[in-house]
Amino acid sequence: MFDLSTAQMEIQLVAIVVAVACALVGVFLVLRQMAMMSDAITHSILPGIVVAFFIVQDLSSPFLIIGAAATGVLTVSLVELLERTRLVREDAAIGIVFPALFSIGVILIARFARGIHLDLDVVLLGEIAFVPFNRTEIFGIDLGPTALVMMSVILLINLIFILLFYKELKLATFDTGLAAALGFSPALIHYGLMSLVSVTAVGAFDAVGAILVVALIVGPPAIAYLLTDQLRLMLVYSAGIGVVVAVLGYWMARMLDASIAGSMASMVGIIFVVAYLLAPQRGLVASYLRRRRQRWEFAGIMLAIHLFNHEGLPSAEQENRVEHLQDHLNWNPDFADRAVRWAERNRIIVRRNSHLFLTEEGREQAREAIVR
Amino acid sequence: MTTMTSAALESQPAIAVRDLTVAYNDRPVIWDLDLDVPAGVLMAIVGPNGAGKTTLIKAMLDLVRPAAGQVEILGQPYRKSRDRVGYVPQRGSVDWDFPTNVLDVVQMGRYGALGWIRRPGNRERELALEALDKVSMGEFADRQISQLSGGQQQRVFLARALVQNADVYLMDEPFQGVDATTERAIITLLKELRSEGKTVVCVHHDLQTVPDYFDWVALLNIRKIASGPVSEVYNETNLRLTYGGRVAFLSRDAAAPATAQAAVEED
Repeated sequence: MFDLSTAQMEIQLVAIVVAVACALVGVFLVLRQMAMMSDAITHSILPGIVVAFFIVQDLSSPFLIIGAAATGVLTVSLVELLERTRLVREDAAIGIVFPALFSIGVILIARFARGIHLDLDVVLLGEIAFVPFNRTEIFGIDLGPTALVMMSVILLINLIFILLFYKELKLATFDTGLAAALGFSPALIHYGLMSLVSVTAVGAFDAVGAILVVALIVGPPAIAYLLTDQLRLMLVYSAGIGVVVAVLGYWMARMLDASIAGSMASMVGIIFVVAYLLAPQRGLVASYLRRRRQRWEFAGIMLAIHLFNHEGLPSAEQENRVEHLQDHLNWNPDFADRAVRWAERNRIIVRRNSHLFLTEEGREQAREAIVR
Repeated sequence: MTTMTSAALESQPAIAVRDLTVAYNDRPVIWDLDLDVPAGVLMAIVGPNGAGKTTLIKAMLDLVRPAAGQVEILGQPYRKSRDRVGYVPQRGSVDWDFPTNVLDVVQMGRYGALGWIRRPGNRERELALEALDKVSMGEFADRQISQLSGGQQQRVFLARALVQNADVYLMDEPFQGVDATTERAIITLLKELRSEGKTVVCVHHDLQTVPDYFDWVALLNIRKIASGPVSEVYNETNLRLTYGGRVAFLSRDAAAPATAQAAVEED
């Protein structure tokens, strides 16, 4: 059906590695309620990249990553510094710091880097389709596209960090105070994580651009959060969703003849909507069904209590007739009919000659409900 | 009571606070506080909102940097006595929607003993289950923490402190917003800890229950108003000094002001 060229394979591989690397660190950002910090970091690394580029004059140099990562960490510190003055809140501090740094990067490119291959469009949106052209060789052996080599190393670093410090990350994210009291420096863990986010964002900007990295850092973890309530599974799901986003996004771009990065980000949105609707516990459909079930459960219990209260009394003859439910409980005929059928199905009551009787089970449930 | 008290005073204090001043942006929260907590007491820290109660606990745990003064726990600075101190933060200080279960949260109490990188194993699991049984939460081990009631959350935090197997426990409002059953369960547990010779310090809000629950008390309002055995310092004069005019006293026995009960009027 599709004829996969090596280049196509490589583009998808890069997309997958980028998405998984982002999705893993993203889990902790989302849980720390710092998702917007990824927005700040991905934008403000621009001046770092530009300055580092001026120094090394090579767009694929690893020094670019170090320069940009340093700017990312600088962004986090500046935001926290502003916040600590208590004059601005965190969201405002982020809104002040990153446009300032980002605009410095834009001016630097416009003023000094015109004519050089440091294109603002590429920085912002990335061009993953060009990834196979830029290759890394060691001793004349082709290791593959530079982006793939670089992102694989970054993914490996992320994996090792999270595997080694899983317990510390969990504790510092859940309860910073206890983490500090037990001697695990939350600041160290925080800045370690922020450095990883910065490095990941720099590595990924080449492929998907600075802006769309945010979709890959925030999206898959947010979707995974809808699907599970275990941190371990959240990491696994988040990575898996990253893979799905990368592959489906690529093919969507192929079919629509559109931007690959844009399609990947759109795919994040689509999957989120699907998960939001269909997630097993927290999804809209699941909670709608749950509410509906509870409604009939409650109606059934109401009916059981009504019958229970009149059981054995002379009035029972009147009260336990189906038609009387409409008058006495003020239920409309349709609702009464459905409630009775629900109660029958669940063996709370039995119907004999249009008279309703509690079963042993129904009596028990009514008694329990009243006592509680 | 008095014999136990003097015996407690003679030995080295479990917690010694010296000339402690803590300030946020030049605004003092605690002014030049001296406080000795004898070993083996069950102590309440009481005082109005903004009196620095939580800050005092945090300063004891090195969580805030004092502007002046120092704290010693069991004769050493906190960083050296850390593994003998258990901490129960305010229930509301964490996100209970965090994706994890009860057993996992309780095991966090063992992380300090495990140190960096090492993961909890079977031993930690057993200790956690044991602690959960002590707070009658054994059957909740696999429950998601988002599904707990306020009282259950508090018990989980208490269990987490228990697995630390500490000698000194610092608790920030362990009775805050819990049901009556949980409150009874917690106080029984705290008294048990005391009878095992452990020192327990609680930030406490309900002035009525101080004489029933605690044997030692510190009254705090930015500076220390008084501290000592409840029978000696928990009286109308000191409470008035601590809370200003905002206290209504319901003296059960006018002739014995030391056992006076007090209630704070709502602001």
